[in-house]
Amino acid sequence: MMLNHKSLLGGAVAAMLVLSATMASAQQKFIVIASTTSTEQSGLFGHILPRFTQKTGVEVRVVAQGTGQALKTGENGDADVVFVHDPAAEKKFVEAGHGVEHRQVMYNDFVIVGPKGDPAKIGGSKDVVDAYKKIAAAKAPFASRGDNSGTHAAELRLWKAAGVDVKTAGAGWYRETGSGMGPTLNTASGMNAYALTDRGTWLNFKNRGELTILVEGDQRLFNQYGVMLVNPQKHPHVKVAEGRAFIDWITSKEGQDAIAAYKINGEQLFFPNYKPGSGS
Amino acid sequence: MTTISDAFLLALQMMWQGNAELLSIIGLSLRVSLTAVVIGSTIGLPLGAFLALARFPGRNAFIVLLNASMGLPPVVVGLIVYLLLSRSGPLGPLSWLFTPMGMIVAQVVLITPIVGALARQTVADLWTEYEEQLRSLGLTPLRAIATLLWDGRFSLSTAVLAGFGRAIAEVGAIIIVGGNIAGYTRTMTTAISLETSRGDLALAMALGIVLLTIAIAINTGASLLNSFTRKTQGA
Repeated sequence: MMLNHKSLLGGAVAAMLVLSATMASAQQKFIVIASTTSTEQSGLFGHILPRFTQKTGVEVRVVAQGTGQALKTGENGDADVVFVHDPAAEKKFVEAGHGVEHRQVMYNDFVIVGPKGDPAKIGGSKDVVDAYKKIAAAKAPFASRGDNSGTHAAELRLWKAAGVDVKTAGAGWYRETGSGMGPTLNTASGMNAYALTDRGTWLNFKNRGELTILVEGDQRLFNQYGVMLVNPQKHPHVKVAEGRAFIDWITSKEGQDAIAAYKINGEQLFFPNYKPGSGS
Repeated sequence: MTTISDAFLLALQMMWQGNAELLSIIGLSLRVSLTAVVIGSTIGLPLGAFLALARFPGRNAFIVLLNASMGLPPVVVGLIVYLLLSRSGPLGPLSWLFTPMGMIVAQVVLITPIVGALARQTVADLWTEYEEQLRSLGLTPLRAIATLLWDGRFSLSTAVLAGFGRAIAEVGAIIIVGGNIAGYTRTMTTAISLETSRGDLALAMALGIVLLTIAIAINTGASLLNSFTRKTQGA
């Protein structure tokens, strides 16, 4: 009996020890940024955040989600800063009073990837809308994010411009994966489908199979990123000073230069374009 | 598939070199899952024993519910815990969302029913065996529960290991509640999920092999400890 109590006590002590170890790192200054999979998975954050932390002593915890989910995280007050790429949704977010100090930070671009065989014959075109029409006409497999992300929103705008109603397209060629950019590319690679992807994720993506870039360079493929602070009047716990320090830094010359300096295989992924007063 | 052979080589290389990032990810996985197992067992074992012995209205329904909870989908548990811990949820002021604490909470919810349900079965079997003996000793129910738990400790270790297996292997709950933050809430399973989504299947698979190795090592350790104490205590 005694032994039993002892082991129970021992277990409880062990639990407390482990718990305290888990909590120890919570004392440091930090902010939580809700951002998108493209900024995280392209490796951009891994490149720029250490510089910010070194300068300010503020640790940055990035939760990488789709733009829709990231905005929701900000709306719930579970992040201090939101860093996403869907200007229309960002504007709504700010207008609804969820975010303040909205600034444009940088852009990158989307590309259409597809199988080398190119059944819809879109390779080399610079007209993305025309390419979309051809894919729909050929009923060639197309893998969509289908997850309410910024990339998904951009894709749907392009389908609309092409006059294709994917909801009723049927015939099984339009396939929503309901997942992030990487998983969608894995799916596209597995079934030799076309897909719209941001260039950063594509350059970092290893499981390409037969896929290659087919359409790029169209103005309509540019993808603007914006940053904002979660409204401290709605969520008083938001770390205003640290969050603002991040927004100031990412839009400063130093932050903008750090973005421009990030390259994969010599290729620049993100193009800083902050202009004072560029927010909504 | 060269990916699989690549993965094995990479896994061996990683385990041999033991780079700091990998070690901290493994450390966090173990810290979160072991803490969850300790808490889950502290609740689950007495709960299971209590259900084995006690008779009260609705007991059968409760047992069915507990058994069914062994199959709780991690992603649903993750979502519920997320909503509870969110700043806009009832437990928001704790600021546990996107922290290891939140991940422990989610895993405790997943593990406790497994430990509890398996413990109930074990203790119920022991009870049928020893009921008369214990009754004749005139033990209070509380002492009877303690005695049965102690007596069945070797069989019960399987329940605890099952709970640990669930915790260390699951990704659905902790990726939602923890947010897979690099260097802070990234565990073995969320890292595997991330590398898969980056299309680096060899690295993902290698991490999976490392994880399996750790799980096997821990189970081997538990099994050795079990047979060692069995011998020395003659139980």
